Amino acid sequence: MKKTGRIILRILILIILFLFSFAAVYPLIFLLGGSLKSTSELGNSLAALWSADGTLHWTWLPFEPTLRHYVELLLDEPGYYVMFWNSVKIVGGVIGGQLLLSLPAAWGFARWQFPGKKILLSLYIVLMLFPFQVLMLSEYLILNRMGMIDTLWALILPGACSTFPIFIMYRFFSKVSTDVIEAAKLDGANEWQIFWRIGIPLGMPGIMSVIVLAFLEYWNLIEQPAVFLRSDRLKPLSLYLSTITKENAGVAFVAALIALLPPLFLFLCGRKYLEQGIAAIGGNE
Amino acid sequence: MKKRMKHRNKKFSKSNFSRACLFLLPSLIGVLVLFVIPYLDVIRRSFLDGTGQQFVGMENYKTVVENTSFRLAAGNTVLFLSACVPLLLFLSLFIAIYLQKNKTVGNWLKSVFLLPMAMPVASIVLLWNVLFTRNGFLSDFLAWFGVTGQNWLNTKYSFGILVFSYIWKNLGYDIILWMAALATISPEIYEAARVDGTSESQCFFRITMPNLWSSLFLILTLSLINGFKVFREAYLIAGDYPEQHIYLLQHLFNNWFRDLSVNKLAAGAVLMGLVLFVLIIVFQKLFDRNMS
Repeated sequence: MKKTGRIILRILILIILFLFSFAAVYPLIFLLGGSLKSTSELGNSLAALWSADGTLHWTWLPFEPTLRHYVELLLDEPGYYVMFWNSVKIVGGVIGGQLLLSLPAAWGFARWQFPGKKILLSLYIVLMLFPFQVLMLSEYLILNRMGMIDTLWALILPGACSTFPIFIMYRFFSKVSTDVIEAAKLDGANEWQIFWRIGIPLGMPGIMSVIVLAFLEYWNLIEQPAVFLRSDRLKPLSLYLSTITKENAGVAFVAALIALLPPLFLFLCGRKYLEQGIAAIGGNE
Repeated sequence: MKKRMKHRNKKFSKSNFSRACLFLLPSLIGVLVLFVIPYLDVIRRSFLDGTGQQFVGMENYKTVVENTSFRLAAGNTVLFLSACVPLLLFLSLFIAIYLQKNKTVGNWLKSVFLLPMAMPVASIVLLWNVLFTRNGFLSDFLAWFGVTGQNWLNTKYSFGILVFSYIWKNLGYDIILWMAALATISPEIYEAARVDGTSESQCFFRITMPNLWSSLFLILTLSLINGFKVFREAYLIAGDYPEQHIYLLQHLFNNWFRDLSVNKLAAGAVLMGLVLFVLIIVFQKLFDRNMS
């Protein structure tokens, strides 16, 4: 009796696990399949979207696969390029800035005891936990005064100053053993050399985690560009709204899929670092 | 060089402070200029009138708290967070425990669960529309049970869709957090307990749970903060004025911003910051005390 109960529980767990993993992977299959379908096939299978009594006949694989919509997006949608490059600029700027600011700061926190350290660390953690809406007005006021509203700097600068990467790097730098540092000091290395030659190489997994996490976050930035940018030529890809109509459904699928490729690629390459980074956030001190 | 080193090991020494300062300075300047000083300015503004000249005391706060949109949005936000955060915490904990025990499947599956983190909302909106529209996937599925289809995003069930989106997006993240916490419990404790004849469920309540308690603070806080990011889905799917069950504080703040209601926005930002700050402190104290 107890044994059959266990088996049922096991099967139940497996079903739940399967359902959730299916939900995690399905969007990819959906977009890939849709992007290869022809306009007429999409028009039929998505009829529910544009006519009240239309029904959905979605098949996983396209009947007659075509790359036409890829070509169409590349040739006919210059706006898409612009948005894509805006996203690249934002993400690149933010990651560069984060590394430049957060690496020395995290090293400073991890390496030395000094008065006020605890308060400063708490301030950084609270800032890291505040959602954008709390800081929206204050960020706007200062960015406006600096004349940066409606420029990409309005997104890059606050992103670069985010305290989140400092928190992650602090965890990684704290693990660097003092023996190595003492040995370097005996060899006559100065503080800058210790940071550059020991801290950075030993903190490399942390740095990779910061890069992956920042990429996923800032590629998907929505609130900030919606509020701080006005000109359409500055909008990033995350605000590209695929309005699906009967005529352009295929292009919408391709656009959605291509927007997903850079983070997906980074995810597949940097999976290990992403997991390490998240684990570092939650790890006990 | 060598002479200086002899004095170096003293904690809290002056040279430590100046050295740390040098490393911290760039970041500190950025944080102060971009976040701290402007936020102090916002606190000041929250006590002034629209022109920013006249001191009006708590007037702005009164306006905000009495505002019906604010009440609706605050209520929805609280309801949303208190529904989805515990659900996510339990679900991810149980999956994490299972994956921890089944290492080979676990390594593989935890990456799969993490995948939604890499999917931008802009790409997902398309699928969400097909899923939840009238005659969409969900309606098709429910038709088997005799439920009439409707555009689910325009009904009170939109709230459930948002909870689903949140779980979908954050499940992998929380599983990794839990697994990191579980990994810190040494397996020897379990072995010792098993030798003493402790049952599986007793192991869970007597060993696993108490050891996870201290991690709960961070995981809870992070899940809460990620809860605010669900606005991205809501915004791209339903726009500035969504169905009233998913009208969240973030929508309200955005709309105030567009209307340039600076004093309402200032008071709102201070209130929200204060509530979150208190929550974070309370969580931390709560779980710290139980630790020791």
